Amino acid sequence: MKTAIIDLGIGNIGSMYNILKHIGEEAVVVCQPHELLKAERAILPGVGSFDAGVQQIEQFGWRKALTEFVNVKKRPILGVCLGMQLLCNKSEEGTMSGLGFVDGVCKRFDSNGKIQLKVPHMGWNEANVVNPSRLFESLEMNNRFYFTHSYYVELQEKECVIASSKYGSEFTCAFQKNNILGVQFHPEKSHRYGKVLLKNFININA
Amino acid sequence: MRRQRVIPALLLSAGGLVKTREFKQPIYVGDPVNAIRIFNDKEVDELVFLDISASKEGLEPNYDLIEEFASEAFFPLSYGGGISSLEQAKRILRIGIEKVVLGNTALDNPRLVQEIANFAGSSSVSVCIDVKKNFFGNDVVHSHASLKNFEKNPVYLAEVFQNLGAGEIILQSVDRDGRRTGYDLSLISKVVQKVDIPLVALGGANGLSDFYTAVRAGASAVSAGSYFIFFGKHQAVLITYPDQEEITELFRGL
Repeated sequence: MKTAIIDLGIGNIGSMYNILKHIGEEAVVVCQPHELLKAERAILPGVGSFDAGVQQIEQFGWRKALTEFVNVKKRPILGVCLGMQLLCNKSEEGTMSGLGFVDGVCKRFDSNGKIQLKVPHMGWNEANVVNPSRLFESLEMNNRFYFTHSYYVELQEKECVIASSKYGSEFTCAFQKNNILGVQFHPEKSHRYGKVLLKNFININA
Repeated sequence: MRRQRVIPALLLSAGGLVKTREFKQPIYVGDPVNAIRIFNDKEVDELVFLDISASKEGLEPNYDLIEEFASEAFFPLSYGGGISSLEQAKRILRIGIEKVVLGNTALDNPRLVQEIANFAGSSSVSVCIDVKKNFFGNDVVHSHASLKNFEKNPVYLAEVFQNLGAGEIILQSVDRDGRRTGYDLSLISKVVQKVDIPLVALGGANGLSDFYTAVRAGASAVSAGSYFIFFGKHQAVLITYPDQEEITELFRGL
């Protein structure tokens, strides 16, 4: 098995599967944690609230399998949207502990600030690449990605930020800490830009 | 650069693509999957499908068709029509639809908005509010649901749905549907002032200048049907979408 799409029961699994198939990548939707270790890399999609995601992780025993996959086997993982947030410590959206693979907290966009932001941040935005990463190879200039979220990741380890976007102020839209990657936007819904980004992710250890 | 979205709204009836005028006289305009392929090529911002046959006849969503849409579209898709339970919404989101759109069912059962938002997050649920001018020229919500008078106020309802967890309001003018006489700008600004979630304007657009004025009135996104479907003097069916550069240039500075 090459790429596992982790099915927490809350994600938009169909879209991710479709786009990987479209770009010619062998992907398997994995519903059982013990099947995860057969994969060379994993994508963790997710929509919904932070605690709902953590609950699915705990209930079906994903934490142990993911920790082994990421910290022992050191295989690449890409968290998408809520999936990115779940890789962090915690979120203002809930009270439960995330996976904690990267040291970060998810914060809510402020709709009562000086600039009256409409929240969720919904639509197309540019990812400004701030640290070189293979994930954004050939996407450094003139990219656009589809976002739909109310919370964003704030990292303690600033050097892990690879791209930021602006909504009111700058926020982290992509991070990489060794084999652990996350994107706030939806590459599976971002036309050719998303296809290139997912190909880049697959090539990291292909 | 971030910019406002331009969203074709396509109507479905019995699996085909149709277009109405003032919610009446649906005419067949083609195959929805073919339309998706064209919008893929044109790198559309987003697409909304509203199944008017499912909502009118109280049918289940056509999951097979929706699945076909999801497998073709590499851009965000919304679907509305016939969604009256959390289970149905879950199934649609899982297939690969980004947002479910609730219309009449949200008016019949407002808690459904909250249930879906709690499960899938606010960004996965939009509410479409249809508005029609009454005999006195006032804006009233158009619905088969039995609403009290104060509940027919679109501004009031938009706030209610925001508080229940809707991530977006699609504000549709029934009188302007298929008429191409421009958006109802005063209605847009009235609602925008009261809600913090994005507002999508729908009904009446005839061209890029209408998109511009709706965004200037406060809309976060603009939507249209006829504009993307009919072309030229004889209103031939031709699916079109402006260039990305054109849209970016249009909204520059807004």
